[in-house]
Amino acid sequence: MSGRVPEKYQSASEIADLVTTREISAVEILDRYLNQINEHEEDVHAFNLVTINEARAAAKETDRLIVEGEKPGPLAGVPVAIKDNLCTKGIPTTASSKILEGWKPPYDATVVKKLKEAGATIVGKTNLDEFAMGSSTENSAFGPTRNPHDLSCVPGGSSGGSAAAVAAGFAPIAIGSDTGGSIRQPAALCGVVGVKPTYGGVSRYGLLAFASSLDQVGPFATSVKDAAIVHEVIGGYDPLDSTSIKQASNSFVQVIDEGVNKLKVGIISELMGGIDGITHEVIEQTNKAVSALSDAGAQVEEVSLPAALYCLSAYYLIAPAEASSNLSRYDGVRYGLRVDGANLKEMNVNTRTEGFGDEVKRRIMLGTYALSAGYYDAYYGKALKVRRLLAENFADLYKDYDVLLSPTSPCTAFKLGAKVNDPMTMYVNDVCTIPSNLVGHPAISIPFGSGKDGMPIGVQILAPPMKESVMYQAARTLEQASQ
Amino acid sequence: MDLAGYNEEMSDSISSDEVKHVANLARLRLTSEELETFTEQLRAVLDHAKDVEALQLDDIEPMSHPLPIENTMREDIPNQMLRPSEFLSEAPAVEDGRFLVPKILGEEA
Repeated sequence: MSGRVPEKYQSASEIADLVTTREISAVEILDRYLNQINEHEEDVHAFNLVTINEARAAAKETDRLIVEGEKPGPLAGVPVAIKDNLCTKGIPTTASSKILEGWKPPYDATVVKKLKEAGATIVGKTNLDEFAMGSSTENSAFGPTRNPHDLSCVPGGSSGGSAAAVAAGFAPIAIGSDTGGSIRQPAALCGVVGVKPTYGGVSRYGLLAFASSLDQVGPFATSVKDAAIVHEVIGGYDPLDSTSIKQASNSFVQVIDEGVNKLKVGIISELMGGIDGITHEVIEQTNKAVSALSDAGAQVEEVSLPAALYCLSAYYLIAPAEASSNLSRYDGVRYGLRVDGANLKEMNVNTRTEGFGDEVKRRIMLGTYALSAGYYDAYYGKALKVRRLLAENFADLYKDYDVLLSPTSPCTAFKLGAKVNDPMTMYVNDVCTIPSNLVGHPAISIPFGSGKDGMPIGVQILAPPMKESVMYQAARTLEQASQ
Repeated sequence: MDLAGYNEEMSDSISSDEVKHVANLARLRLTSEELETFTEQLRAVLDHAKDVEALQLDDIEPMSHPLPIENTMREDIPNQMLRPSEFLSEAPAVEDGRFLVPKILGEEA
């Protein structure tokens, strides 16, 4: 994208430093990013809404605090784009669905609140696959987002708007949600860093639920360090989320440069050719990442995660099952769209039939079926047992290894329309990212080279729960090797 | 680890009548064209899931959640909550401080 914000204003930590020391104002930073949005948003369509007035008011307030000598916070003046399935008080929140038309949440998601308290400037709400269901951001009621590296390609999904916003230079930081890879896969396809934190490490309060045992909120950034800084800001215990981990400790940045010397890294063989559909060039690039870690002093070995073979099937039973229950709340009574009918049931049916898109309907029906009498044990019950097996596989590996490594996405960004009519082909995009969600572990995608088509490739580092420090260290090492 | 067992009681492929039934349970209406497309697509996903269905996992405990969570209670002390009016102002129809819905009494189940 031409006309980018100058390099010295591209890093969140540097922006915060410059704004705090009054070398540049938060308003000036915002204007530079708004210019970039103005120039290219029509092509990319990263946003459902750019909140210019609110952003300007927030930036002015940050500048005022600094002038008055108050501490502005670690993200002072840093523009942040928020996925449009996170509640923003008084600002429309749509999940890219017609069913939430006109709805303005009465509260901020905890993550949004923490970002504001840290001095960030919220610049807008980013596009997504409806209710975060998809891997290309084509399932949006407001039209697809395009990949800034090639506008004929998808940005990945479901947080495609957030990934594209960072890749296009619309914001140095964006927030997404990751249920089966929805932060990491678009990060890989757009050439940015994306993190899925430990389940329970970042509050889900104010995140519109898709699959509650899998959903997790996390950052997109242009560097590993920026991602870690934002993770520290948004993480931590939240009494408003009953699955929030109490001992959540968040100090990643301090140890980020400690390197990988003597670290034991396992390469997941099932995701390096064991499972069909992962392209040769992605595997090749991941092998280069392996060499880079090895050169930096890590001890690297190939390992097996047998249950990985069954994760795709298990996920596409568990996630729809939870979604079918979570999305029953969209009934035309409490928020958003209502399409009238002669009685309550007819009103419910009319509202849901008109309000939901095809992929959401598909997953609601799939989940309803998987949970229905006669099929519960065969599908949902079995899937939960695969989940246990997977957790045991991981636990065994983490007795011997500090982190694991695999590709993030099986392929580089594909053309718009290429997979949208074949759900199963689309679902395969999540094959490398799903295992971390099923067990609630953290994982990060780091850009590492590109494919024949010139499009970015991402490599994934997986870590045990609450061990993000070591994940960030390995990621930082790979980042340095790729530069 | 030997996972690939043989399960004699594999489910039949999902039929269009079953899809229709499930749509009704989920409060969705499908056109006949949609019914055909969705049946085909759901069948493809469930056929893929045959690999999981075929596994012999009798001794494995199901895992529904990544954390070993019990009921989470907060201290029983008053704190600031949202006022009902803040929620009601976003509802499609409201009367006398309540959500308004179409007539329910007398409706067939």
